Amino acid sequence: MRFRAKIVDLACLNHFSRVVNTIAKLAKTCTLRLTVSKLYFILSDKVLNGGVGMWCELNQGNFFDEFQMEGVSAEHNEIYLELMPENLSRALKTAHNAKAVKMKLTNKHCPCLRVAVELPSLSSSSRIVTHDIPVGVIPRRLWNDFREPSVPDFDVSIYLPALKIMKSVVERMRNLSNYVVIEANLSGEMNLKVETDLVCVTTHFKDLGNPSWALEDGCQSSQDRDPESMAEARIDIRKLQQLLAGQQVNPTKALCNIVSKRVVHLILLHEDVSLQYFIPALT
Amino acid sequence: MKCIIIGGNIKVLGRAVHSLSRIGDELYLEPTENGVWGNRRGWELWGPQCPPLSDTHPVCPQLSLRSINSSRSAFASFLFAPLFFQRYEAGGPELFRCKVLMKSFLGVFRSLPSLEKTVEKCLILLKAQLSRLVVQLHCKYGVTKTHNLTFQECERLQAVFDTQQCASRLQAPAQLLAEAVVHFPPALAEVTLRVDAGGKISLRNYVDEGEPTKMMVTELCLAKEEFEAVAAVPDSHITFCLREFRGLLSFAEASHLPLSIYYDAPGRPVIFTLDDAVLEVNLVLATLSDPESSSQHPTSNGVSHIPAPPDDFADDLEAYMIAMETSAYEESSRDPPTPSFPLRTPQPPPSDPNEEDEEEEGGAVPGTPPHKKFRSLFFGSVLTPGGPNPAPVQEVLAEDSDGEY
Repeated sequence: MRFRAKIVDLACLNHFSRVVNTIAKLAKTCTLRLTVSKLYFILSDKVLNGGVGMWCELNQGNFFDEFQMEGVSAEHNEIYLELMPENLSRALKTAHNAKAVKMKLTNKHCPCLRVAVELPSLSSSSRIVTHDIPVGVIPRRLWNDFREPSVPDFDVSIYLPALKIMKSVVERMRNLSNYVVIEANLSGEMNLKVETDLVCVTTHFKDLGNPSWALEDGCQSSQDRDPESMAEARIDIRKLQQLLAGQQVNPTKALCNIVSKRVVHLILLHEDVSLQYFIPALT
Repeated sequence: MKCIIIGGNIKVLGRAVHSLSRIGDELYLEPTENGVWGNRRGWELWGPQCPPLSDTHPVCPQLSLRSINSSRSAFASFLFAPLFFQRYEAGGPELFRCKVLMKSFLGVFRSLPSLEKTVEKCLILLKAQLSRLVVQLHCKYGVTKTHNLTFQECERLQAVFDTQQCASRLQAPAQLLAEAVVHFPPALAEVTLRVDAGGKISLRNYVDEGEPTKMMVTELCLAKEEFEAVAAVPDSHITFCLREFRGLLSFAEASHLPLSIYYDAPGRPVIFTLDDAVLEVNLVLATLSDPESSSQHPTSNGVSHIPAPPDDFADDLEAYMIAMETSAYEESSRDPPTPSFPLRTPQPPPSDPNEEDEEEEGGAVPGTPPHKKFRSLFFGSVLTPGGPNPAPVQEVLAEDSDGEY
């Protein structure tokens, strides 16, 4: 099992840092899956995580100048690591003017992801900062826990409003209650509702547009549903807030699938990163 | 005591207070009438016989601001020469020391940008007769802000250290160290500074060896050329707390003064100094002792700190004690405190009735690393108490007093 990677381009480094920062806001511990062509940050929707699931996929070629990965075996040429994304985020935090950042999987006293940041310095030799991030190697038999979640059979799929606006609305609503109801219909309308004993606050978004999903059999997603009818789910507002707070760059596409009273599936797509976030509905 | 500060020095004073606020909850103010201003190279161990003052050590009044943290593992002092002030009067034959709540004093200087922009003159007035320490800021547009702070009379706060006794010394521009320290998380407690056999200097966060390392370990290597001076014992290291150091570092960075680091064996304090024509800054931090040398008790550290001519102490022991018994403040008239922090070996027993509040030895300390093997520095009050006879066991090894000068 071997892993070595290097980033030299500052723009790529900053982009990667931003992705890691977003992940760090969503999960304290998560799984990093390495394949030949991609990196995945995965949080499986166990009860331990509050039922929240996360799947973030990156094309390594868009970030790394060098990327060498040898998995656990030829047959299963992948590596699954458990780590705290906060550590990785911190390691990259002070690297914004680095000459190069190298990552390597090492096992001196314990398995570590060693991040070596080469910084410019006044003297002839560069300044090198190394961060040894402790990781856990996830054995092959547990890999099934981290399969890509399938898109749920949703009732409504809708594009999200501008994330900045949504974030500030959710932040204010957070002060009122721990729960928020997300409802949306196939007419491009979405409401965020907070209900307490004293007050009920609803924010209405209109003209958001509904993405059309092609089903496997080639048909368009069912139009049987009444376009005005709202699918709703009551979720923990903090989970939604965490996701929105972690967004530093506007995604190319942001949409939300709602399975009424079951789960809210949020998808944020950037050019080279996709992030899916599942928030379970609460009764 | 009365002093007036004008111009850019007001901000320097403000920054000094900010720096001290990172150390402790109380600010000790000590004006002095006579002192010796000298650079640290000229320091010597001051026994009871005060060496004659030479021309290179002009006598002058000065003001010192000091603070110590609750666990006694960090001490900082800022010493201002008269040239720092537009006007400085140490005041009266009876010099008056006091301590104020850091929060109160810091409140006056809280906003550094506004200090720079609006304050034209700062007046500090301290009189025994007054019940308040007066800090008056004369600002633009005829605005005068007067702060009347309550204070407490106190003993002299003096740390025991001597840079000359340190085996290793490093000097670097503050910028370098600031850039180095930024890689460590703000919440991090301890960092180990190491000079290896090849002369490479590194900073590494300290992780308790006992626990399985689940902590991220960060290490930064600095080239020797980046330092202004490296006179360190090869393969030496010292572990200290980063938090208090950051406070000094931000002051050093702003003042563009080179920072000197003096250290010795692990367990012995590390001393950071900044020098200027009108300002002398010292930060003394306790360090982690090596597990191997844990047999070194604080007392043994203290023993090694006994001033070179112990006989002198012994001879004048009684004299000191008398001085102490009579009055806490009388000594000030006899004492020209010096910027050369003389060695003493205070080890105030916790249960001493003479001690004032600030000397209470907190066993369980919230401060920097209480549960570790840090040796608390012996910031005894100058009045390390004791009976007429120096109690041999847990009492002070050598009586402590300014009277010797």
